[in-house]
Formats: sequence, structure tokens, C-alpha cells
Amino acid sequence: MMRITIKSKFFAAILLLASAPMAMAAGGYEGLEKSGINVQDMASVQRGAGLFFNYCHSCHSAEYMRYQRLSEDLELPVEMVENNLIFGEREITDYIKVAMSDESATSWFGKKPPDLTLKARSRGPDWIYTFLKSYYMTDEGWNNKVLENASMPNVLWELQGIQRPIYESHTDEDGVEHTEISELRLDRAGLQTPEEFERTVRDITAFMEYLAEPVVLKRERMGIWVLLFLVTFTFLSWLLYQEYWKDVKK
Amino acid sequence: MAKPASNLSRQVDAVGQWVDQRIPVSSFWKAHISEYYAPKNFNFMYFFGSLALLMLVNQIVTGIFLTMFYKPSAAEAFASVEYIMRDVEWGWLIRYMHSTGASFFFIVVYLHMFRALMYGSYRSPRELVWILGVFIYLVLMAEAFMGYVLPWGQMSYWGAQVIVSLFGALPIIGDPLVEWIRGDFFISDATLNRFFALHVIALPLALIMLVVLHLAALHEVGSNNPDGIEIKKNKDDQGRPLDGIPFHPYYTVKDIFGVGVFLTLFAFVIFYAPEFGGYFLEPDNFNPANRNVTPEHIVPVWYFKPFYAILFAVPDKLLGVLLMGAAIIVLFFLPWLDRSPVKSIRYKGMASKIMLFLFAIAFIRLGILGGAEGTASDIWESRFWTFVYFAFFVLMPFITKYEKTKPEPARVTK
Repeated sequence: MMRITIKSKFFAAILLLASAPMAMAAGGYEGLEKSGINVQDMASVQRGAGLFFNYCHSCHSAEYMRYQRLSEDLELPVEMVENNLIFGEREITDYIKVAMSDESATSWFGKKPPDLTLKARSRGPDWIYTFLKSYYMTDEGWNNKVLENASMPNVLWELQGIQRPIYESHTDEDGVEHTEISELRLDRAGLQTPEEFERTVRDITAFMEYLAEPVVLKRERMGIWVLLFLVTFTFLSWLLYQEYWKDVKK
Repeated sequence: MAKPASNLSRQVDAVGQWVDQRIPVSSFWKAHISEYYAPKNFNFMYFFGSLALLMLVNQIVTGIFLTMFYKPSAAEAFASVEYIMRDVEWGWLIRYMHSTGASFFFIVVYLHMFRALMYGSYRSPRELVWILGVFIYLVLMAEAFMGYVLPWGQMSYWGAQVIVSLFGALPIIGDPLVEWIRGDFFISDATLNRFFALHVIALPLALIMLVVLHLAALHEVGSNNPDGIEIKKNKDDQGRPLDGIPFHPYYTVKDIFGVGVFLTLFAFVIFYAPEFGGYFLEPDNFNPANRNVTPEHIVPVWYFKPFYAILFAVPDKLLGVLLMGAAIIVLFFLPWLDRSPVKSIRYKGMASKIMLFLFAIAFIRLGILGGAEGTASDIWESRFWTFVYFAFFVLMPFITKYEKTKPEPARVTK
């Protein structure tokens, strides 16, 4: 008994000492808002799908995903998908590609707008949420606080309204003055109230989280049964182990 | 009262005997399973050998199914992985079992190796068990590295770029060697295609053969135990070790319980945290490989990070590469560096205990520093822990020779 305590203290001490000044986990960005999405909230993901196809898909593809999968997972009738989400001559089994040609994309935006299938996994939902909320207008035109000089226009401006930056300057140790944006203030109201707009952005983010990993809906529901099975199996194997080891422990 | 043998069971026996006279099935079973005597005092740390074997089987079986859908070409690789994740029936589960399996394999192998360090399992007569184990570890690192390149994401590409270019630090042969490995002037389709061949055929074959040898060597000399004493010194009149128990059924049932606990944790990660906060699947690897965009922060997967930190602790590239290599090569000499009269940490002196403790901390800290931003203070801290890492090996012959040890018991303790 004594030895067990000493040993577990040994391990605990190793872990504690090693992780004390633990570095930040990978993929962290500073100053992002929590998206607060719930990818299992079907209504939110469905609304997000509608918004995505209206506002994002005219320029952005989701080329690893098929329309059919959306219809199945999000309980959207095939006809509804065909009539409302598929633009142009495409089949329900096709991948969600974009209508715009690469050449015209490059001439309009400087480069081809990125594919959005996996953005929620590479950037994270918080980044997408904050990015979509962080457009602001200056005398030079639109800009974004999260991704400076983004080539993407503020497609949601009619809903959000127009934000303008409030600057704040401070002088650092070397006497150099820095000007930073301290906050974005709504200058002209949009079609939606700020609360409604937050929900809109949250729905788009939730849809993109689903889009990045469609199986997320299924795996979280399935996992509980797998774990229940394994816990039962482990308990039975423990009983078997105890039974056999009676002879050894005598 | 047993019933008289039925006609059917007599016929089954006859077939069994027919086979047994031609290939040694039952003697093999006896020698390695039912009459292989293992010490009865194995503790928690002794689960990881069988779990490593389980993970090897997991990687091979899931790997076979992934190979049926994966396309080893620069143009198609990334999309084929997403195809597996979306369109292949249960493809997502198989892929997560493989990607999570890689990380769990390393967790298990690191604990298995640490167990050997604790109880002196590398000491005579088990030097070859240990050396074969280090070879397994080396091949496993190569296997994991090449596997990580296959999804052809940004980290796959740039990780390969950084690691392969390390060979370029070697004088004279460096540049031609790098070109030879890549099969091109940069990491390209040719590189991906050959890494695939090595990942699915060459290295797994080498791994399996080494594992067979590792087990053959182990069964020849017998397992060590937490007390580090030889159970073969005390035998009964039939030549069976008094402190030994047959591997089957005792350790088979115990290991099945270990497998249950392990699989529960494994399934939890697969179903609820397959990316594991960016440690098992890195965020940037969900962007397809792009030769024109260098990621801001190129870091290897967690299990390589300690060695990456050692590499960057040295200002000179060649010396860094050599030191990183030395950090692994030094493991081969361990059986001859330890000169203690006792094997187990339980009976070694305080100095050995402190060194092992510091070594474990050094390894974990280096792992964290290997993924850090690389500021000046990070680099100085990496140097300190690199020094501790090597001090463990360099000081071992002196510490183990001169420190005061406790007497070993004659028989295993509970």
C-alpha cells in the first residue's frame, strides 16, 4: 500500500512539474469571440445552410461535399434542395462547386475565393464567427479587424448595418505611438438588430461546423452506445480477472 | 464425471493430431502462452506491451481499409481523405481509428519504454529485448512520419519539407541525399508516392518482423518484473518458477481487462475529440498542401516534439541534427551504461531516482517547448532540458556504480 502511494505521487509530481507553465494549445488566435454554436441544433444548422447558399456560395465552393448529403443529414427534401440550393445545371449527387470561373474570380478579387468545406476545422468556429462580425467602414472602404485587408467584401452588410472603428492610441516603452482599433461601433443600422445579426452569424458558423465534418451529428450520438458497451465489457472482464486471480492472490 | 468422448470430438482430436505432427502448434502454444511463466507481481506499467501489440493490429487493419480508398497522388490525396470521411461507409470511423491510433500507439510505447527504464528491463540478460525495442521505436517514428505526409495537408507538406531537409545538413552528401529521398527538387507527387509505398509495405513489414524478434528474445530470457529480480532462480521440483504464473490464463484475462479500459479511453477520443484540441489532427492540416504558402508555425505532431526541441536548442543546423540523432542512438547503449548491482528503481539509490524523475520531466518539457513559439527564453529552456536529457545517460555509469543501493529481496514482493 505504501509503495503505491509513493509511486502515484511520483507520477503526479512528474505531470505537475512538467505542465506547470503549459503553453497555449495549438491553433489559438487572440481576441476571438466565443461563437456559442451548437452543431446539434438542427434548426440553427438548417437556417445556416440557407444563409450559406444565399450569401457565401455565389463565390465560395464546398467542393468535398455533395448536395445529397445535405439533404439527408439536414432533413431537407430533395426537391427543396434542387429548387433552392442548386444553382445551374447540376445534379443532387454533384459536389457543391461554384459557378464562377477561376479567371473571373481572379479578376474580381485578386485570387480565387477559398473553398469553405473545411474552414471550420482549419480556422475554428470562433474565428469564422468573429470574422463575419468584424467588418468596418473607413474612408478607404471596407476592412476587417480579424483579417486585415481581406479581399472578401462585406456580403452581410445589409443585415448588419455599417460599423465604424473607434481608435485608441497608446505610447509604448520606446516612445512610439501606436493606434489600434478599440471597438467597432454600429454607425448605421441594418435590416437586423444586433441580436438578430449575431444569431445569423452563429447559424452560418454552425452550418460550416457541420459542413467541415458532416459525421459530427452521428458520431456524438453513437459514441455513448459504444462507451456503454465498452464499460460493460470492461466490468465483466474485471470480474473474470478477479475470479482467475483468486488462486494467485491466496 | 466426464462423458465418454463422442465420435465427433474424437474426429476433431484426430485432425488436431494430424496437424500437430506436421507443424508444432501445440508445442508453440505451450512454450509461448500456456506454459510461459511470467512473474506474478506485474503492476499497472505492464499493460502497455500487450496494448502496443493491440495498436499495431489496429493500425494494420484500419490501414488496409484506408488503402482501398486513399489515392497516393498529389492531385487527389487530400480530396480522397475527405472522400473517406464523407462518402465511404464507416470511412470516418476507420480514419479516426487510424489517426487517433497513431497517437495512442506512441502514448503506449512511451509508457512501455519508461517502464523498462524504471525496472531495469534493459539489463542483462535482456539487452537484445531492449535493443530490438529501440529499433521498433525507430521504425515506428519513420512509419508515423510518412503516414502523416499522406493526407497531403499543409502540415503534411511542410512537415515533410522540414524533416527531409534535415538530411541536407550532412556535409557533401547532404544535398544529393535530400534530392534522392524526395525523388524531385521539392516535396512533390514523387515524394508522396514513395512515402506511401514505404508506409504501407516496407515499414509495416519491418515492424512486424522486429516485433516477432522482440517477443522471441523476451520469451527466451523471460520477463523482468517491478522488483528486477530473476524468478528463474527459485524453481519448484518440476522446474517451474515459484514466483511465476502461466501467461495463459492469468495474464490473458488481466490484459483483456487492460484492453477494456484502454479501448474505453480510445473510443472516447474517437467519438468526442478526434482532433484532440489540435494535437492529434492539426488545424492547418485541413488546408490542402500548397507549395506557395508557408505556414507561420511549422510544428511536428506531439510525439516528435521533444526531439524537435533538441534540434532547435543548437544554433548550428548540422550539430542540431547530430544531437537529435544522438538523443535516440544513446538509447542503444543503455544496457551498458547502467552498472548498478540492482535492476529496479525500487532498490536503487536516491540519485538514480532523482535522475529518472528529471529525465521524465525533461522529456515532457522538451515536448511542450518543441511546439512553442521559439522565443529566446524557450530556446534557453530547451538547452537546459536537453542538457538534463543527456546528463541522465552520461552520469548513469558513475551514479549507478557509486550510489548506495538497498538489498534486493530473494522473492518477488506483492
